[in-house]
Amino acid sequence: MSTVSDTIAVLPAGRWQVDTVHSQVGFAVELTGGTFRGSFSPVEATLEVDDYGHAQLTGSTRAENIKVQDENLNAHLLAPDFLDAERAPEISFVSEDVRVAGRDLAIAGELTIKGIGRPVELVGRIGEPIVDAYEREHLSLTVATTIDRTQFGLDWNVPLPSGEPALGNHVTLTAELHLIKA
Amino acid sequence: MRILGISGSLRRGSYNTRLLVEARELLPGAVELELWDGLKAVPPYDEDDDGAEAPAAVAALRAALAGADAVLFATPEYNSSVPGQLKNALDWASRPISTNALRGKPVAVVGASTGAFGAVWAQAELRKILGAVGARVVEGELAVGHAAQRFDGEGRLVDDDLREQLEETLRLLLEEAAFRVAAQAA
Repeated sequence: MSTVSDTIAVLPAGRWQVDTVHSQVGFAVELTGGTFRGSFSPVEATLEVDDYGHAQLTGSTRAENIKVQDENLNAHLLAPDFLDAERAPEISFVSEDVRVAGRDLAIAGELTIKGIGRPVELVGRIGEPIVDAYEREHLSLTVATTIDRTQFGLDWNVPLPSGEPALGNHVTLTAELHLIKA
Repeated sequence: MRILGISGSLRRGSYNTRLLVEARELLPGAVELELWDGLKAVPPYDEDDDGAEAPAAVAALRAALAGADAVLFATPEYNSSVPGQLKNALDWASRPISTNALRGKPVAVVGASTGAFGAVWAQAELRKILGAVGARVVEGELAVGHAAQRFDGEGRLVDDDLREQLEETLRLLLEEAAFRVAAQAA
């Protein structure tokens, strides 16, 4: 049985701008056998959908918008060992291909971190379009990808007593974007 | 262009201090290398003393770092790591972490030891520490082993290969320093 929310075939046309207060990009990386999470906020994002359903998603944030729970760690993540915010202040994404199937979304594009651009594929879901009390149209997207941080020049590590590296190379990035129609 | 040279060794006749003197001789005329001689005066790090007014020796260290376009460290190796006093000085220099004078500063690490390995473990530790402090650690390396046989009576490095490695390290350091000076001026 099909429901209304499953029938979306194309993204709704228009220029959709991020609601920065309610959006973020989270990261998760394996650390000493567990998961360490942080986020970037605010993030900028725009989704442009033409009348034929062709879409482009662009997004960016400042490296200095990284948020973790310790100021010393925050400072280290901004240093040349990691993001090198002084020399590479911006992190950005530009889509090249956006595909929609029902509420599923697959976006191919280029992610640039530390000045190094790499192709990535984001996979996720489109939320139910909502009209708020001020008659603004909302659309939410949640998309994720897993990158190898060393491909972006983030090579730092430290060995555990076993000799194994403490920090994993695979980082999962999850963008939770609340968009409002301009 | 101003480079601050910091030797991790305090003793007179230190091979590591001699390495910095050698570096000063090898640098182009327009580049000044100041040998920092304040290491011994730095008190033990105590957060209670790290207030609005830092101890004079610490303030001098922070000012020397802030005034330099790059820093060249020469470290000996004590018990497979950096000398405690050098680490202690870096602990002072690193505070506050988000705005410290070494943040983004191009730095290079060289080292000498009387043993065979030329302080390679201490150098690796020092690079790790400097990375954590937020400095930009250049790739160049120089490990002067058997240091007692590597300097002549006037304190000059007698090994051509080692001198070339030092020159290459200095070239990389100056390149990073020039890049940063240009970026900050833009």
